[in-house]
Amino acid sequence: MKEHLEQICITVNGVPRKFIIGDGVGCVSPSETLLDTIRDRLGLTAAKRGCEHGACGCCTVIMDREAVASCMVLTADCDGSSVTTLEGLCDPVTGELSPLQKAFADNSAFQCGFCTPGIIMSTRALLDRNPDPTEEELTEALSGNYCRCISHYQVIRTVMGFIQEMKRKEA
Amino acid sequence: MYEEMKKTVKVSEHEYRYIGKHGNRADAHDLVSGRQKFLDDLVMPGMLVVRVLRSPHPNALIKSIDLSKAKGLPGVIGAASYKEAPDWKCGLPNHRRVLDRQVRFVGDSVALVAAETAEIGDEALKLIDVEYEVLPFVLDCEKALEPGAPQLYEEYPGNEIPKVTPFSEEPFNQIFVGDIKKGFEEAAYVNEGYMKYENMAHPLPPESPGCIAQWTSPSAVTVWYNGGAPHLQKFNTEASIPGVAVRVIACHAGGSYGSKQLIPHMILQAILMAKLTGRACKFIMDRTEHLLSYELRQGSRIRGRVGMTEDGVINAVEGMWYTDSGMSSTYAQAMTAVGLGECQAFLGKCKNWALDTKLVATNHSSQAPIRGFGGQECKSVLVPMVCTVIRKAGMDPLEVFKKNFVKAGDRYIWRDNLWWEVHSVDYTKAFEESARAFGWKDKWKGWEKPYWVSEDGRYARGVGVGVHGNADIGEDPTEGMVKLHPFGSVTLELCVGETGGAQRFAVQKMVAEVMKVPLDGVQVVDPDTHATGYDAGMIGSRGTITMGTTAVRAANDARRQLLEMAAVKLNANVEDLDTENFLVFAKSRPEVRLPWIAVCGTPEMTITGSAKYKQNFDKPNFALYLADVEVNLMTGEAKLIHALEGSDVGQIIDPVNIRMQAEGSFGSAGGDTGLFEEMVMDKKLGRFMTGNMIDYKWRTFNEFPPFDTVLLESEFDSEAFHALGFGEITPSPAPAAILMAVSNAIGHEITEYPCSPTVVLRAMGKIPGGK
Repeated sequence: MKEHLEQICITVNGVPRKFIIGDGVGCVSPSETLLDTIRDRLGLTAAKRGCEHGACGCCTVIMDREAVASCMVLTADCDGSSVTTLEGLCDPVTGELSPLQKAFADNSAFQCGFCTPGIIMSTRALLDRNPDPTEEELTEALSGNYCRCISHYQVIRTVMGFIQEMKRKEA
Repeated sequence: MYEEMKKTVKVSEHEYRYIGKHGNRADAHDLVSGRQKFLDDLVMPGMLVVRVLRSPHPNALIKSIDLSKAKGLPGVIGAASYKEAPDWKCGLPNHRRVLDRQVRFVGDSVALVAAETAEIGDEALKLIDVEYEVLPFVLDCEKALEPGAPQLYEEYPGNEIPKVTPFSEEPFNQIFVGDIKKGFEEAAYVNEGYMKYENMAHPLPPESPGCIAQWTSPSAVTVWYNGGAPHLQKFNTEASIPGVAVRVIACHAGGSYGSKQLIPHMILQAILMAKLTGRACKFIMDRTEHLLSYELRQGSRIRGRVGMTEDGVINAVEGMWYTDSGMSSTYAQAMTAVGLGECQAFLGKCKNWALDTKLVATNHSSQAPIRGFGGQECKSVLVPMVCTVIRKAGMDPLEVFKKNFVKAGDRYIWRDNLWWEVHSVDYTKAFEESARAFGWKDKWKGWEKPYWVSEDGRYARGVGVGVHGNADIGEDPTEGMVKLHPFGSVTLELCVGETGGAQRFAVQKMVAEVMKVPLDGVQVVDPDTHATGYDAGMIGSRGTITMGTTAVRAANDARRQLLEMAAVKLNANVEDLDTENFLVFAKSRPEVRLPWIAVCGTPEMTITGSAKYKQNFDKPNFALYLADVEVNLMTGEAKLIHALEGSDVGQIIDPVNIRMQAEGSFGSAGGDTGLFEEMVMDKKLGRFMTGNMIDYKWRTFNEFPPFDTVLLESEFDSEAFHALGFGEITPSPAPAAILMAVSNAIGHEITEYPCSPTVVLRAMGKIPGGK
């Protein structure tokens, strides 16, 4: 019997990507996670394999405006979705850092940097829906992001400073 | 919280270009853009994935094992059990086989599979048939020493692991100095103590340990790994596989906290599967393996007696310090040796010691060096034991610690079994400034006395103090070179890994400072044992002094050679010349500048400065931790509501990075092991229960209390711009401080970790099992 193959389309960092769902060679199996797809098929390695059970946030991407743990999302369920990874925050032509990434770089808001992609993506998703969050709202939004070097305080200092800077520029 | 964060920094008088100022790390752009490659991002042609079948029993013999079905699964390229494995062993001394017939903890390796994908590998593991002869097991270190206890290694009868160290012919594993009897006779206060720190907590870096092995000839193998001590790993592995040259390349590590600097067993397994398959083999633990099968903070237990004089000098210490090493010792004897030195740094005035040690093998996962190199484990039992006598005298512990902490002129035996006299450092001011910033005098109300109780009597607050210092900041040799390239760039050939402490950036800054060139004019080579001289790696906070001194010396050597060449060309005295921004000039005529290429006359050369550093243990670093906790007296829940870490680091290299290192006292199974953090063991099954990051409890982003730092800069006698290393030890004093703070809040002495609600309520007599 011929296998029924389903084609899905996910827009990743602004580029439409088509995948065939199935068990054949080269197909995306129904159990493949979005994390595996973006890392192993698209070569976008900013999102990290941390725990693979949704507890560390190192694999956070923005999907349809929400920060999600990509290790907990099946690629087969993402048809029609728009996904942004950390690479997608940079200018697609020049590679220039976005202002938020630049704030993290300038303030060294990281130590080992393994959790940094997830932290930046969770922050970006928060600021996209609430450009002026309180510190409590920020730490709540980051509560799914694990950092063991303890860059928490520096991240908070950096992001709250960044928000103030954005407000100053707008004014 | 943002507003509450304060920082007190006393800035040194020196004005530098880069030292002491914040700058962007060279890897900043890659880290925030996702371009930085970590181990799991590397792909080699034809690379296989290694998966491990793990033991369900804490102690068992493999009666039979059949790999045939696993080997037959499409996509499986190789499989091995102890039968196929060579007799490669690691550990100190070498005792842990790459694959063994006896499995010694739940999670021990039974068989290895190398497959084209992890999924195929996992399927293959299910096809391996194993029959075990289950053996009795032992989890308690003192019970393991009793006659008739289950035995882990034939070669170590009684479960005591031999006391050998790599540091001296006669290992340093006990302190017997002075006259202990006389010491106690002269003491005004004497007390006995028995303390355990056996949370077996997990350092849990966000990136699991891993490696890739690829043979390049029958006698040479290359290993990529995500630790920060490639040369140490190289000779460690070469000692396990005689006759094979091992090249080790350190990848940028997603945290280590000491735990990934040496991953000898994993590397042997990857090398074995690469040998059997002829392909590159990647072995990265998944999170459950990492939690349940990887190395943890060692168990630490002390039973002893302490004497103190009328004026608060600790003058006699005797006892037995037990280290529970789990099923293997990676380096525990070395940690014991360093720990004994740290005891003397803490009690720098004590002249009478009779402190012995035992290193014990038990049936849980291997215990190994974690941030602090045993210092946290040591202090978490020694400080409370010493406090029993301070409590008896009714003295302020901070004042007693201040009086006793080692300073210039004091002496101790360090890990090399030699006496060292302390030079340059005196942390009295750091004690005082930290205490003032914290408000210690207002909050210290006496032993087991809260400084605040809510009106309804439901909540109480107390404070506690812990202290630590380690002279390993000057440990082990380093070799390095600085190359000046005529067209205007500088290369630092020094083996510096990056595990998060910004050490590569620190040495880059130092070279740029000496050469007076832009920061990005200095490139630090990748940490590769084939391309760099020896260096022991990112251990013991040694980087600042050892790598820093080597970098500074090599840069000065290169600079001297450059100016000597220029002196000939310019017919000038070397002393009258200087260089800045890749130009040489006479100080008397700074407007006339000669580019380096003009000095060299050709681009086909480099000016190479070289340097070596030899170890030196004459300066311990220092960390003081002050904890303020609030306890719900009804539920027993204790919360850290404020903490402060103080030190004197001689000279700050980068204010942001050092501050984060101090704040790092929460991480790497640090301060929170005083409050709640632990691996939970089912003692009937001999199996840890906390195999994922939901069950392994720790703080989330929104649960961090206000945290302050006091960092002084007294410009110590260090060639690395007067700086000392500091980052490693920041968690070490924290658990003992928190234990004291909770005891003071509830009005009852607590003698076990962590201060969970059960422990607190038990100490208060509200549930059975207390005093």
